[in-house]
Amino acid sequence: MFRNTYDSDNTVFSPQGRLHQVEYALEAVKQGSAAVGLRSKTHAILLALKRSTGELASYQQKMFRIDDHVGIAIAGLTSDARVLSNFMRQQALSERMVFNRPMPVNRIVSAIADKAQVNTQEYGRRPYGVGFLVIGHDQTGPHLFEFSPSGNSYEYFAMSIGARSQSAKTYLEKHFESFADCTLEELIKHGLHALRETLQQDKELNINNTSIGIIGPTGQHEKPTSPPGKFHIVEGETVRLYLESMDAKAPADGTVPVPPAAPAEDVQMSG
Amino acid sequence: MDHFPANWGRPRNDAIDLYATHLLHPRPNNRAKDAFADSVQRTQQPIVTGTSVLAIKFKDGIMMAADNLASYGSLARFKDVQRLQAFGDYTVIGASGDMSDFQFIQRLLDDIAVAEIAAQDGHDLGPVEIHEYMSQVMYGRRSKLDPLWNSLIIGGFKDGKRFLSYVDLLGTTYTASTIATGYGGYIAQPLLRKAVEGYEDVLTAEQARKILEDSMRVLFYRDARSLNKYQLATITAAGVQISDSLHLETSWDFAEGIRGYGAQTQ
Amino acid sequence: MDSIAHPTQRQFNPYSDNGGTILAIAGADFTVIAGDTRQSEGYSIQTRYAPKVFPLTDRAVLAVNGFAADGNMFVKKVKQRLEWYRHAHSKDMPLRAIARLIQTMLYARRFFPFYVYNILGGIEEDGTGAVYSFDPVGSYEREACRAAGAAQSLVQPFLDNQIYFNNQQPAPGTSHPVHLPLPTILSIVIDSFTGATERHIEVGDGLEMYVVLAKGRGVQGLEDVRGVQELSVTEEGERIFVIRRDLKKD
Repeated sequence: MFRNTYDSDNTVFSPQGRLHQVEYALEAVKQGSAAVGLRSKTHAILLALKRSTGELASYQQKMFRIDDHVGIAIAGLTSDARVLSNFMRQQALSERMVFNRPMPVNRIVSAIADKAQVNTQEYGRRPYGVGFLVIGHDQTGPHLFEFSPSGNSYEYFAMSIGARSQSAKTYLEKHFESFADCTLEELIKHGLHALRETLQQDKELNINNTSIGIIGPTGQHEKPTSPPGKFHIVEGETVRLYLESMDAKAPADGTVPVPPAAPAEDVQMSG
Repeated sequence: MDHFPANWGRPRNDAIDLYATHLLHPRPNNRAKDAFADSVQRTQQPIVTGTSVLAIKFKDGIMMAADNLASYGSLARFKDVQRLQAFGDYTVIGASGDMSDFQFIQRLLDDIAVAEIAAQDGHDLGPVEIHEYMSQVMYGRRSKLDPLWNSLIIGGFKDGKRFLSYVDLLGTTYTASTIATGYGGYIAQPLLRKAVEGYEDVLTAEQARKILEDSMRVLFYRDARSLNKYQLATITAAGVQISDSLHLETSWDFAEGIRGYGAQTQ
Repeated sequence: MDSIAHPTQRQFNPYSDNGGTILAIAGADFTVIAGDTRQSEGYSIQTRYAPKVFPLTDRAVLAVNGFAADGNMFVKKVKQRLEWYRHAHSKDMPLRAIARLIQTMLYARRFFPFYVYNILGGIEEDGTGAVYSFDPVGSYEREACRAAGAAQSLVQPFLDNQIYFNNQQPAPGTSHPVHLPLPTILSIVIDSFTGATERHIEVGDGLEMYVVLAKGRGVQGLEDVRGVQELSVTEEGERIFVIRRDLKKD
């Protein structure tokens, strides 16, 4: 019936001190298509790979606008993401109502992390099955955070989540020190290169499966926004310019490590 | 929307679930109701009151003045009360009206100041944010017909910008380069406008201090609920500075020549 | 005598009147929404600059007049509702929908009303200029022009005469124009406010006029206007401009 002895309820520790339900929730994030986030001194951006269930279906929504200064990319259960992003929007609007200021990005992330933590501790609940990359801009500049269903949130220079995200992470770890001084166009190019690493063998990035979320001064391919620098999502035909800027993929001679694909089935854990 | 899925489809009141089959944590929807909530008496008039607060913009920031008196009706009840209060490193609030309500406001602001300090994330509340918060609190209470009986002046300096605003018990707000509450609105405001409007960017701190001192003196001559002991707050790029109590020099010589009005003219 | 006959209780009055006047006039493919900037209580001027006119979207502008605290709160709430609409539909709410939203929000407070008179102006989806006026509890209608606030009784008859041509005979063989050009309407707005400033103590200090232009309409009529300033940066679609003027401060 159960995969493990201690996984039927999330309030019960395994003898190894693990919460299996929480770890399964982290697996749900890994089932989702990848999202990548990067930050420079001026910009924070998100890139995501959209899946489509088939020729007849539209592509999924991977990015949500929270406020003019905050946006998210998701990996995992979209329905859970909608509940959480709705909550983030409420928090952001209430900060504007009460204090007349954009909500500090770290606080909006902490707010959902605290909600997620409750679900890992209380009886009769289940953890959220979705992880976020959150970008935002506030008094203290541009930011990139990761949120995960375990209730953790961390700030990063660059990060990726979702299926095969380890490959993107490897790319980012190799290049992140140069991100700080990148222009928007260079940053997006790095992001696309990282996102490309998460693709399956026969797949490519195209204008239909790629979303780009941007916070920061408008780049040379963009129209001015009002207010300036607000979060906006670039999709469709506009993405082509950025895709065309990419360098050809390095030959598969082993220079780029290809990690094992995410397991199709649920993982087996000891305990 | 209730964002706690465990609350969905469950009874809204803990009392209904007699056997506590669900572990319900106290949340806005299932908190126990106060059976006497409908018969609460609310503040309908101020009791211990402070009179006018004055504030002006000057070259380097904001200057504010209020005397040290808290009156009980016509009785000069407390004569060493501070009505100018700093919040954070950028903001001063001056209060007239009910002093117990002001103490409540100070407690509210202390609470958010503590939360803000505890966060330690590089974000802090400036005068603009505190103004918005206070206007929401004051408007919220007036909408419950349970007002906080005060007129507040909020002055501050942050990120190179001066800020001066007003909030009262109705939730009415405005910004201006000179603001005066209470009697000051009738007696001092014309003097302040004449001295300050158009000169906000040239007045020195010393000139601003003199304008406020002269206005406080006029108020002391004419406002029966005022005191010749007052404090000055200065908010500039250097931060907040609230003076010790200052004494107003007055001369009542002119009273010698006055023989009363109406019938008593000798 | 009264106080002996009945026990009286002093009651907290949650309302005040902060004076000022607003107006809006619709043209064929533009709308002008204007308000003075004085805020007063009784005989005291509280401030000489408190805006009463607020852009809501790229094609809708709302003017609020009456009790300032209610007005500011109401505008804030409308703006947040429009933000939720944007989240849900990825576009701005159309003008006629904003008008119905405002009616619903006002009527929701039927028994503790927002003490404000609203005038909503902008461009409809069909590209025409439109003005909607409201009473404090939500009754509303679409009109060609409307004045509200302290000097409504001074300004509205003037507009009736100048916009609707009431009590005017067209010269023989001619007829009154259906829509007036933008420069004419701007002059009428400025004259309305200088007139109201002369005759009403609660009107004055400053004048803010918002001009919303329909999609594809050029800026003709605005080129020679002193100090005109464009609000939104995007050039496709409707455009909003603001024009500021001094009014007498006495």
